[in-house]
Amino acid sequence: MLLRIIAAALMLIALNYYLPEDAPINSFVRLALYLVPYLIVGHDILIKAFKGIKHGQIFDENFLMAVATLGALALALYYNNDYTEAIAVMLFYQTGELFQGYAVGKSRRSISDLMDIRPDYANIENAETGELEQVDPDEVEIGSVIVVQAGEKIPIDGIITEGSSSLNTSALTGESVPRDVKTGDEVISGCINLNGLLKVKTTREFGESTASKILDLVENASSRKSKSENFITKFARVYTPAVCISALALAIFPPLVNLLVLNTAPEWGQWIYRALTFLVISCPCALVISIPLSFFAGLGGASRAGILIKGSNYLETLSQVKCVVFDKTGTLTQGVFDVSAVHPDHDKSSEFHDEIISHMSEHDHEHHEHHAHGAGLSDEELLHLTAHVERYSTHPIASSLRKAYPHEADDCVIENVEELSGYGIRAMVNGDEVCVGNFRMMDELGIKWHECHKTGTVIHVAINGEYAGHVIISDVAKRGAKEAISELKDAGVERVVMLTGDAKPVANEVAENLGITEFHAELLPAGKVIEVEKLLAYYKKSQGKLAFVGDGINDAPVLSRADVGIAMGAMGSDAAIEAADVVLMDDDPLKTAKAIKIAKKCMRIVYQNIYFSIGVKLLCLLLGALGLANMWLAVFADVGVMLIAVLNAIRALLVKNI
Amino acid sequence: MKKSYKIDVDCAACADKMEVAAAKTPGVKSASVNFMTLKMNVEFEDGQDAKAVMQAVRDNCKKVEEDCEVYI
Repeated sequence: MLLRIIAAALMLIALNYYLPEDAPINSFVRLALYLVPYLIVGHDILIKAFKGIKHGQIFDENFLMAVATLGALALALYYNNDYTEAIAVMLFYQTGELFQGYAVGKSRRSISDLMDIRPDYANIENAETGELEQVDPDEVEIGSVIVVQAGEKIPIDGIITEGSSSLNTSALTGESVPRDVKTGDEVISGCINLNGLLKVKTTREFGESTASKILDLVENASSRKSKSENFITKFARVYTPAVCISALALAIFPPLVNLLVLNTAPEWGQWIYRALTFLVISCPCALVISIPLSFFAGLGGASRAGILIKGSNYLETLSQVKCVVFDKTGTLTQGVFDVSAVHPDHDKSSEFHDEIISHMSEHDHEHHEHHAHGAGLSDEELLHLTAHVERYSTHPIASSLRKAYPHEADDCVIENVEELSGYGIRAMVNGDEVCVGNFRMMDELGIKWHECHKTGTVIHVAINGEYAGHVIISDVAKRGAKEAISELKDAGVERVVMLTGDAKPVANEVAENLGITEFHAELLPAGKVIEVEKLLAYYKKSQGKLAFVGDGINDAPVLSRADVGIAMGAMGSDAAIEAADVVLMDDDPLKTAKAIKIAKKCMRIVYQNIYFSIGVKLLCLLLGALGLANMWLAVFADVGVMLIAVLNAIRALLVKNI
Repeated sequence: MKKSYKIDVDCAACADKMEVAAAKTPGVKSASVNFMTLKMNVEFEDGQDAKAVMQAVRDNCKKVEEDCEVYI
């Protein structure tokens, strides 16, 4: 193609040089000479145009170019023998097409390189020879042990059985600091093993592994088209026929008016020339290419930063977000609770009330005996029972309770476990009914409970309907949470709301620390949906959008209800990847603000491209109709606009410093 | 039933034409062509044989855009 363009261009220059306009030569010989470069550069367009007509595709751009250039040649033959223009138009058009193909291919590659987390093979140790064999990761069964050498990608999710290393997770999270892992740690596919040799026991199939899921998500992302994309395709579908019809009108009516009404010369040639200029401008590709390319680059840039957006429509919505609702636990706070105090309900006051739990986990026997004199349970016994009841729960509170009592997996019998969402858990432990939950649960059961003087989440415990005491756990605000709130305000978010199931004092403390002015506490999961619905109704009037940020645990209904559901810390959590529209690969709250900023930048570029390309085209149409623009300008309008729009679109890929 | 197919086409407007042509093919409930990732996602109507329908989709696409390819 490039060769054809160069050859035709050289020939055209040579012809112009050796054949001055007044050269003594038959005009048909002259045409024949000029037709050579024309056919060299444009023969495929003519063939395609012909085939297009056969299939009834009249508004095919090949057809448009063919008519425009052939028409120009015919006019030149009839009037002035200057064929250069027609050939040059074809030349520029082909150059533009070539460049467009190059630019699109290039950006396609650079974006897929970014998401280069697809592992090509897995190493399996041959049982007999001990040598490593490379196999297709699809064939590795769950529970197999794979070997990951330094510099290789981890192909499948699993647990390290041998070795330690640093992992580069940047392709997944955008985080450049390597993560250290050792035996017993879970690793996810797509990370690059930087130094040590790792043996990994796989816990999932390849297709279910993180890398495959993410790739799937990213590759299908731009199938969900945004309003702007749909607008531009619809516009293009109308635009081309409309311009063609007006070209026809331009060729016929003004000369007729001249002839019949004004009784002047019809000037057919001039008007047909203007009509042909219209045809050149009517090519839709410059319009159509830049918008999906901008979105594609935006989505690609976001995934490079560890933000997976499931479709360009969500990118668009994200840019219009006016209100961000956070579910406190796991997003603003770490969601890793620590037991900060254990208070069994003693009749006598005990001097050990505020004993910190770290003493407990050392299993200090002396300490234990000290406590045995209390009328109720000892600290340890209380914790023991609580941990048992929470044995099967996935709630973050449950895991912290289990963590605080490391000997949980003993031979106590736990039966009839019943999780009451928003209340707590009831279970039979060694034949005793133990209820562990919040004050609401106690109220429900008609059990008398009392407040605690410490702030934190209070977990009440009742045994066989008798109040047995409470455990205080507290949650720590995440690093960057405070900055995230102020960054969001910078990004144009008007309102930040925090929702939590926790008690008011806890919520108040967190909100104050982070600079959040609006929060709703003591909400059941259903209550969160109601609060979000209220906000949604409020913002529906003002056209603003609402984003909900959750950690993907227990908040799927709200995630799907909000205009954009953002799930945090999705490394390995399928539920979050499924339910959310935007997935943040690590759990940094700052990424929420970044996602909105990326979306805004991308949408800015999209609008620039839409206004710019449509604007230039309309301007050229106007100038063309008035006879101020010739075909040269028309083809520059077509190719030039496309080039600028494509280069502008690539800008959406650069997201590092926003 | 939904399936995704690789395609080859060299301009965005042509990709749009393919999308329209594919969506019009009998047996196809909805079709979406992504020019940037060169993929066509097709949702079939119930009880349709994906292979046969895709053959028709390919033919229809070829009609509107000579240069395209749908890898079935």
